[in-house]
Amino acid sequence: MMETKRLVMVAVGGQGNLLASSVLGEAARLAGVPMRMSEIHGMAQRGGVVESALIFGNAHSTIISDGDADVLMGFEPAETLRALAKCNRNSVAITNLAPLMPFTVNIGQGVYPDLNKLQALIRAKTARLIAFNATALAREAGNVLSVNMVLLGALTQTAVLPLTVDHVKAAMQHKTKPAFLDANLKAFDLGFAAAQNA
Amino acid sequence: MHKLLTDKPGDQMMLLGNEAIARGAIEAGVGFTSTYPGTPSSELSLSFFQMSKESDLYFEYCTNEKVAVEVSAGAAACGVRSMAVMKHVGLNVAADALMTLAYVGVKGGMVILTADDPAMFSSQNEQDNRYYAKISGLPMLEPSSVEEAHRIVADAFDLSEQLQEPVLLRTTTRINHSSGVVTLGAIRPRRTRGSFVKDPLNLVTVPAVSRKLHVKLLQNYEKALELAETSPWNLREGDGPWGILCNGVSYNYVKDAVGDLGIAAKVRLLRIGFSHPLPPRKIRDFLQGCEKVLVVEEGEPYLEEGAKAIAQEAGLTLPIRGKAPELLSRLYEFDPAMVRRVVGDYFGVPWKARPPVDVSDLPPIPQRPPTLCAGCSHRATYYEVRKAAEELGIETLYPSDIGCYTLGLLPPLSMADYLICMGSSTGTAGGFAQASGRKVVSFIGDSTFFHSGIPGLINAVFNQHDLTLVILDNGITAMTGHQPNPGVDMSQLKMEGYGRVSIEAVVRALGVPHVTVIKPYKVKKSVEAIKEALQFKGVSVIISQELCVLYAANLKLPRRKPFQVSDKCRNHRVCMTRLACPAFYVWNERIKIDANLCTGCALCAQICPENAILPVKEEKR
Repeated sequence: MMETKRLVMVAVGGQGNLLASSVLGEAARLAGVPMRMSEIHGMAQRGGVVESALIFGNAHSTIISDGDADVLMGFEPAETLRALAKCNRNSVAITNLAPLMPFTVNIGQGVYPDLNKLQALIRAKTARLIAFNATALAREAGNVLSVNMVLLGALTQTAVLPLTVDHVKAAMQHKTKPAFLDANLKAFDLGFAAAQNA
Repeated sequence: MHKLLTDKPGDQMMLLGNEAIARGAIEAGVGFTSTYPGTPSSELSLSFFQMSKESDLYFEYCTNEKVAVEVSAGAAACGVRSMAVMKHVGLNVAADALMTLAYVGVKGGMVILTADDPAMFSSQNEQDNRYYAKISGLPMLEPSSVEEAHRIVADAFDLSEQLQEPVLLRTTTRINHSSGVVTLGAIRPRRTRGSFVKDPLNLVTVPAVSRKLHVKLLQNYEKALELAETSPWNLREGDGPWGILCNGVSYNYVKDAVGDLGIAAKVRLLRIGFSHPLPPRKIRDFLQGCEKVLVVEEGEPYLEEGAKAIAQEAGLTLPIRGKAPELLSRLYEFDPAMVRRVVGDYFGVPWKARPPVDVSDLPPIPQRPPTLCAGCSHRATYYEVRKAAEELGIETLYPSDIGCYTLGLLPPLSMADYLICMGSSTGTAGGFAQASGRKVVSFIGDSTFFHSGIPGLINAVFNQHDLTLVILDNGITAMTGHQPNPGVDMSQLKMEGYGRVSIEAVVRALGVPHVTVIKPYKVKKSVEAIKEALQFKGVSVIISQELCVLYAANLKLPRRKPFQVSDKCRNHRVCMTRLACPAFYVWNERIKIDANLCTGCALCAQICPENAILPVKEEKR
């Protein structure tokens, strides 16, 4: 029986994690891996957080309990930290390091966590932290909106999920707009390389 | 072609739960569909709406859930398979129709979908609508997964036609908003027109008729009991001495827990998918072989009470437990680890938790609550009402309603004091006006006004309450994803075949003595108009008209020029402290405006004491 692998993705509305879910769903289909997922979007268009749970293998549940994530992938550093309880000490955490300032911080109702401290905390509590500026790499790839594809590259590099580079790239061809495909594939490669070097 | 109309039986598709249900309905030959949009069911209605534009499927967005049930009931009485879709609290609105429709019954199959929302991801309560099946006497089906949600719909229609009464189909958020692979089935030919056979002595519910119809409903209940006994949706698995009774998504958590704990050989499982009426023999047979039973169900102890009653009749005294402080809660939703822990504890199985990392030493993480969009006209209206009340020096109370504008409850706007349900702003306002002695200013959106706000306003006119109602008319049902409502200009969407109801004409026709229309981006004029309305003794209505900014962007209407903070800024920060528009940010202790977020509404520019906020010059962009 196939081992179950669980991925939690967190993002701020508009960061493209729904497309990332859809690519991973397609990649799982191509790989012949059963996959279920669920999403909670807390009014994403109005600045809220979007959390997706993706479960690969033969589990029945479509949500992931605290401590049960094999991988936590955050599109925004404070959101990665907020979701950290999804991890156990064997989990892999991947995070974009480019903050999207919560509005509460802008109006003085909170302080954004220090990024170095944030990384140190996550690193100390999990098996592996891959942290880099995915937004900068997306820009380098030619499309600042391809943060999701950069992160998919890093995710694929960890090899935690039963999906290969070929599966994910083929899924990107099916699920992303042809006009953006080259930039998306480049973004994927940059994310993959960043994870190798992390 | 819409993907859900694909006529390729056997093909597989990754679908959202809501899409899977829509596809199931199409395969079942549904011809008539209706809804009032509500999360978590919105995408299901959207799928019907989209498909109705590409096929002969009939769909309508209704003014409210009661009307949605009524139009579908009419179609079903003509023999057309019909489906009414709503969120759980919507069924409260439709309950009056539901209760007697249960007596009258249907000719064509009719399915009423209720999408419950345990944990209240986007709802005002987490009521368990299984009790609507009990109170109405109607059958209810419940899937446990996206795959089942797809397959169960056709059975619901068949069941409805077999019993000649509507069938309730209950989902929860984690079905509606989960995705899974669905194997497409064949599409049954769709009938969108039927014929109505007059039969007033069975269809017109005067008391003499209803006395007869109630007898029929109870006879149907007996038939449904027998069907439930053999329904494949009531699944028996395993033959061990440890009983687990469950339903819906809890079944998945139980399955995973049993696997993780390695106790499959010891467990006997009964998953109830035909949840009303409960099958007494099936449950009794299940209980009889068990040492003890755990009931795993989110929400209320519906199965637990049912199982205990059946055990009592059968003279069985084994422990049947579910809701208890040390076991499972009535609150919120379950999750796999919680169910694993409770199953392990209850049956005395040692289990190894995967302990979550310790998060007690994490620094505080600033909240990211949803907020009114940059440039949202509600922010302008809220500012103006507060300003007008301040200038008049009057103490105000602000009943609110359900929509994006409820987000105005958070500081610095703080413009919501009371809310119970859709439309409640107009009714509660009368009570507040009478009992509080304060000036009452209520807020309601355009769609919510049509939904259930109008009767409260009529009540205020009739009973001569002293209140102001502000109708926030942003030209669309914004919160649930921009669905049409009777006030929407459908020609903007390039859609034909719709009428349009003017909110202003309705308000005037109700006899409201003081009616004002404002354009909220014009601050000075609006504040003056609001002051006048607030000073009016009696019912006054202010209609604040401005298109939702997200909707305007979707319509590709021309964008206004963004604004910037110029050197004239003296850092009063009135813009930030009063408006808190998400386009503002702080840079080097100064307020800045993100030109990509700014929609050019110019609200901040109009309230800046230094007139320091100016449009961005073209060349700078």
